[in-house]
Amino acid sequence: MTDIPMDTMVRVAAHPRRDIGLKARYAAERRFRIYGVVAISVGLAFLAIMLVTIVSKGYTAFWQTTVSLPITFDEKVIDPANKRGTDPSVLIKANYPKLAENALIAKLGISPDNKPMIQKLKGFLSEGARVQLRDIVAANPSVIGTTRDVNILAAANLDSAFKGQIDLGVEEARRKVSDQQIAWMNKLKADGAMAEHFNTGLFTYGASSRPETSGMGVAIIGSFYMMVIVLLLALPIGVAASIYLEEFAKKNRFTDLIEVNINNLAAVPSIVFGLLGLAVFINFLGMPRSAAFVGGLVLTLMTLPTIIIATRAALAAVPPSIRSAALGLGASKMQMVFQHILPLAAPGILTGTIIGLARALGETAPLLLIGMVAFVADYPKTPFDPATALPVQIYMWANEAERAFVERMSGAIIILLVFLMAMNITAIVLRRRFERRW
Amino acid sequence: MNIMTEQSLENAVGDKMNAKSNEVIKMRGDKVGVFYGEKQALFDVNLDVRLNQVTALIGPSGCGKSTFLRCLNRMNDTIDSARVTGKITLDEEDIYDKNIDVVELRARVGMVFQKPNPFPKSIYENVAYGPRIHGLAKRKADMDQIVESSLKKAAIWNEVKDRLQEPGTGLSGGQQQRLCIARAIAVSPEVILMDEPCSALDPIATARVEELIDELRQNYTIVIVTHSMQQAARVSQRTAMFHLGYLVEEGATDKMFTTPDDKRTQDYITGRFG
Repeated sequence: MTDIPMDTMVRVAAHPRRDIGLKARYAAERRFRIYGVVAISVGLAFLAIMLVTIVSKGYTAFWQTTVSLPITFDEKVIDPANKRGTDPSVLIKANYPKLAENALIAKLGISPDNKPMIQKLKGFLSEGARVQLRDIVAANPSVIGTTRDVNILAAANLDSAFKGQIDLGVEEARRKVSDQQIAWMNKLKADGAMAEHFNTGLFTYGASSRPETSGMGVAIIGSFYMMVIVLLLALPIGVAASIYLEEFAKKNRFTDLIEVNINNLAAVPSIVFGLLGLAVFINFLGMPRSAAFVGGLVLTLMTLPTIIIATRAALAAVPPSIRSAALGLGASKMQMVFQHILPLAAPGILTGTIIGLARALGETAPLLLIGMVAFVADYPKTPFDPATALPVQIYMWANEAERAFVERMSGAIIILLVFLMAMNITAIVLRRRFERRW
Repeated sequence: MNIMTEQSLENAVGDKMNAKSNEVIKMRGDKVGVFYGEKQALFDVNLDVRLNQVTALIGPSGCGKSTFLRCLNRMNDTIDSARVTGKITLDEEDIYDKNIDVVELRARVGMVFQKPNPFPKSIYENVAYGPRIHGLAKRKADMDQIVESSLKKAAIWNEVKDRLQEPGTGLSGGQQQRLCIARAIAVSPEVILMDEPCSALDPIATARVEELIDELRQNYTIVIVTHSMQQAARVSQRTAMFHLGYLVEEGATDKMFTTPDDKRTQDYITGRFG
C-alpha cells in the first residue's frame, strides 16, 4: 500500500460535483412532456372535429317533418267500381296518394278546379303516403267512407326546407322547392299542421329510393343476426382453440407456427376475408348471396384471431401458483382449466370478445364482397334472407346525392357509433369490475 | 429413579415402539435424476423419507432440492421438458409406474407451496375443493366435517370459523399459508411436501407454521425444503444437504448440525457459502 500524498487527498475532497448536465436533463424531460400533451391534444382535436361534424350533420335525421291532414277515405277514390268484396287486390292497387292530395287541397283552400295550382302541389307530400294509407285501409277496411287525421310524411325536399337546410336565396328555378310550396309550408306551419316528429322510420323502414321512407330497419336486423352468429361461433371456437393452445398443446415448432399464423390472421385486411367467404361459402358451398348467415360466417373468421389472442393472454395471466395449487391437490388438467383457470380468465375473455364483436359490427369491406350491399326493402325473417348491415347502409347512403340522404347517413353513423361506444364501455366496465390483481 | 411405576414403564415401551416405527421408510428415492431438456438438474439422488418424521432438504439456491421435492408427487410432469430417471417409491410402489394414476398419487402426496396460493374463492371452498374432486364427502354434513377438522388440524379454525364464506385471499399471509396446509390435509394425504412454506411469511407467522409442522408430524410424513438452517434444525428429524444437483449428505438433524461428515455441509451450515 502506497502512501497517498497529502495534497492529493485535499484535492479529492474538494473536487467539485461532476457536471452531469442536470439542467439539460430536466429540460429534456419537460420537452418530452410537452410533446406528449401536444400529441394527445391533436388526437382529441381530430376526434372532436369528427364528432362535431357528424353530429351537427346527423342529428336532424332523428326528426322527420309530417303534415297532419284529415284524410277522407273516399270510396269513390279507393274502390270506384265497388269490387273489393270479390277482388281484394283493389285495396292494394287503389290510388291512395289521391286521398292525401285531396285532403291537402282542402286544407290549403285551393279550388279543386285550379289545375295549375294543384300541379304545383306535386312533390309536396311523400310518395310514402301510398303505403301509409294502404296499411291503414288494409288493417281495417271499415275506415272507408270515414275521415280521420293522419300524419302524412312530407317529401324529402320539403323536409329539408322545413329544417331550414335549403338556401332560399338561390334563384327559384335552381332549387328543388318552389316559392309557392314554401308559402304553403309556412301556412301549414303556422297552422300547426306541419311539424317535426321523432323519426321512428329511421329505425324501422327498409331500403327505399325516397329518403323520407328509407331507414335502417333491415340493416339493424342484419347486423343483429350477424353479431349473434359471430358470438355463437367465434366465442366457443376461439375459447376452445385458446385453451388447447395455451394449456394442452406441447410447445414446439408446430405450435409456434400456429401462433405466428394466428397473429398474422389478425392483421389480414378484412376484404381478403370477404374474398375467402365469397369463394368458399358462396361459390363452393353454394350458400345464398346477401345473407346475414354468410356475413356472420365471414365476420366469425375475421373475429376469431382477435378472440384467440385475447383469450390466450387472459389464460396466461392467471398465475402459475393457481395451476400448481389445483394440480397439487390432484385435480386433472381438465378440472384445473375448467374449475380454476377459465373462471379467472373469463373477464379478460369477455372483454376481448366484446372488442372483437365491436370490430365486426363496424366491418364493411368483406360484406360488400358477399353481396350484402343490396337494396333490401323487406325485413329478413331468417339469417338466410337477404339483408344489409349498419356500416353497409352508411356506405350505400353515402353514395346517394340527395341532401336528405346525407342527413340520414350521418344519423346512421351516430347510431353505429353509439352501438360501438356502448359495447366498448361495457368491455371497460366488465374489466374494471372483475379484474383481479395478483 | 429405581422405582418405575407401571405407567411410566408402559410409556417407555411405547416410546421404544414409536422409535421403531419411525424407522419405516415411507418414500424412497433410488438414483433419481432429473433433466430439464438437455440440462441435468439432479444426479443420482438416493434419499429415504421416513414415516412420521420431518425430513428437511437444505442447500444453496439451484441445488436441486425443490426439483427433488417436486419429483415426489410428480409435479415435474407438468413441465414439458422435464424428464425423471431412476426410481421413486411410495410404500414400496414405484410412483412413476404406468399403473399409478398421478391424480391418486397427488391425493396421497400433498403439497404446500412457497407462496401462499389459496384459490380466489371462499375459505370453505378452498378446503372443500380437494375432497370434492376426490369424492371424499357424499353429503354436505360430511364435507362440513372435513372442512372443520382440516382447518382445526391446520390450527386456523379459531381464526376463520366465523368467516368461512369470505375469500381465502383476504387472509393475512401466514393465515393463507395455514389455509393452504388445511387444503392439503383435507384430502387425507400420507405425505405432505412443503416447498419453503415460510419464505414469504414474517417471523411470527413462521413460528406458527413451524409449530404446526411439528404437530402434523404425528399423523403425516413431511418433507420440507427450506433455506433457513434454523428452521431445518427446529422442525426436522432428518436433514438432507444438496449441492449442485447432488445429494451431499443425509442423516439425523442433530448430527448434521453438529458433526457433519462432509466439508461442504459444514461450510454451508456455518454460512461460508450459499
